Amino acid sequence: MQHLKLLANDNRGLNELENGTGLMGWHEVTQGSILPSFEGDATHIAHLKSEERSYSNFNSYTATVASWRVLKPVYNRDICIDCQNCWVWCPDSSILSRDKQMLGIDYDHCKGCSVCVEVCPTNPKSLIMFSEQTPLEDALGQWPEKKKKEDK
Amino acid sequence: MAATSIKNLKEFSTSNDRFEGAHTLCPGCAHSMIVRELMNCTDDNLVIATNTGCLEVSTAVYPFTSWDTSWIHIGFENAATAASGAEAMYKARKRKGSLKDNDASVKFVAFGGDGSTYDIGFQWLSGAVERGHDFTYICLDNENYANTGGQRSSATPIGATTTTAQAGSHSYGKKEKKKDMIAIMAAHGAPYVAQLAPNKWKSMAKGFQKALETEGPCFINTVSACCTEWKFDPKDTIGITDLATDSLIFPIYEIIDGHELNILYRPKNVIKVEDYLAAQGRYKHLFKPEYKHVIEQIQKDVDKQWEMLQRREEARI
Ligand SMILES: Cc1ncc(C[n+]2csc(CCOP(=O)(O)OP(=O)(O)O)c2C)c(N)n1
Ligand code: SF4
Ligand code: SF4
Ligand code: SF4
Ligand SMILES: [Mg+2]
Repeated sequence: MQHLKLLANDNRGLNELENGTGLMGWHEVTQGSILPSFEGDATHIAHLKSEERSYSNFNSYTATVASWRVLKPVYNRDICIDCQNCWVWCPDSSILSRDKQMLGIDYDHCKGCSVCVEVCPTNPKSLIMFSEQTPLEDALGQWPEKKKKEDK
Repeated sequence: MAATSIKNLKEFSTSNDRFEGAHTLCPGCAHSMIVRELMNCTDDNLVIATNTGCLEVSTAVYPFTSWDTSWIHIGFENAATAASGAEAMYKARKRKGSLKDNDASVKFVAFGGDGSTYDIGFQWLSGAVERGHDFTYICLDNENYANTGGQRSSATPIGATTTTAQAGSHSYGKKEKKKDMIAIMAAHGAPYVAQLAPNKWKSMAKGFQKALETEGPCFINTVSACCTEWKFDPKDTIGITDLATDSLIFPIYEIIDGHELNILYRPKNVIKVEDYLAAQGRYKHLFKPEYKHVIEQIQKDVDKQWEMLQRREEARI
């Protein structure tokens, strides 16, 4: 399985402001401001995967919202059918898919909404919410059995 | 136009995200599902203007931007104006040959909430469409002014409680019906007008691609379920949207050149509007016996609208 290197760091951008690198604070902004999303030329960004891009420190990709989470989704590769439902409906661009394969969750940007769990069609689900503190191995060890069809 | 493949979800999942995470929209917010799909369904360079509202304040939290494309915010009401201005300048410079890349494919898009689209930015939108700019306007319709705490807009349906049209002992919430913005925009003679929803991801992506391809001003109303103001659990955003499209309170359809109407989704099992209403806190009061007539009224209106859409589809006028 492919592993992606993520760039998230809570203090990027913000650090630059506070350390006085010549950028304006919010109270100094008067007419407006321009935030470049990338370092250098960005004309062909649509053709690059995130790991191929050079994000600027102003891109929210380099920030994290991990602290918003109470529960986290855990992904179980063994059951997943790579349908990509979770990918299309994740509101926080946090499902990592490459070459039609689901690779896992980007925990820097996931807010723990559980939409992905709801839309996962497998039985048992390939994504389940666990408390933020539960180690991934423990979560995978407690995976539920396949549910029988309910009698009508 | 370089449309990305939307043949099936696996194909679509190979497209590259240009709407980044760590924006500050609520967990489960449908706004980002819609915006992400628009940006993933094309490889073209995008110039996007956004009205003030949840989307704008949450994706440009200084010093961060979540937009991997040219993006501008000016004020509450003028995304359509900003997009049309940029488009006019682009055309002029293309004619003069003074662009950095004269062959690049560039599309102009404006996003607005229902407050800014149906109410406060209405004349700006109307003007831009009348002037015939080549752009696509997408309304993220969550049926209230969500960013300022849930006030009623002219997109709020009858019977919903909002902070400025509150349900109580003497009121069942908003008394007026929702404005038919799709009909209004079709009446402008816009070449492509549609109502789409993120649970039907394929018809939504297809509609977006069609609008981007179409020359001239296009308008799309998207159903954007808002867990915070509609009062449901964030995990249910897609489930609630399913109830919305399957009860036909949000029919999925397009109107081409102001007259040719096509229904894009026919639910196999049409559910009662009551089931959609019951799933949301904003309609809770309607289930008191004294407000039963409001639910009946809503069902009648939905049936009537569905009948009208089917007849118009048949008549092709
Ligand atoms: C001219 C003007 N009036 C009012 C406001 C305050 N305001 C900011 S966002 C907002 C609500 C936006 O509602 P909507 O357009 O429906 O977008 P949503 O937040 O629901 O996505 C309001 C009233 C403003 N910024 N400018
Ligand atoms: S919990 Fe929500 S934010 Fe996290 S991966 Fe699932 S859908 Fe995305
Ligand atoms: S929704 Fe479930 S089965 Fe489908 S790709 Fe995601 S984890 Fe796998
Ligand atoms: S209030 Fe509603 S529209 Fe605004 S960010 Fe939250 S869920 Fe989204
Ligand atoms: Mg709104």
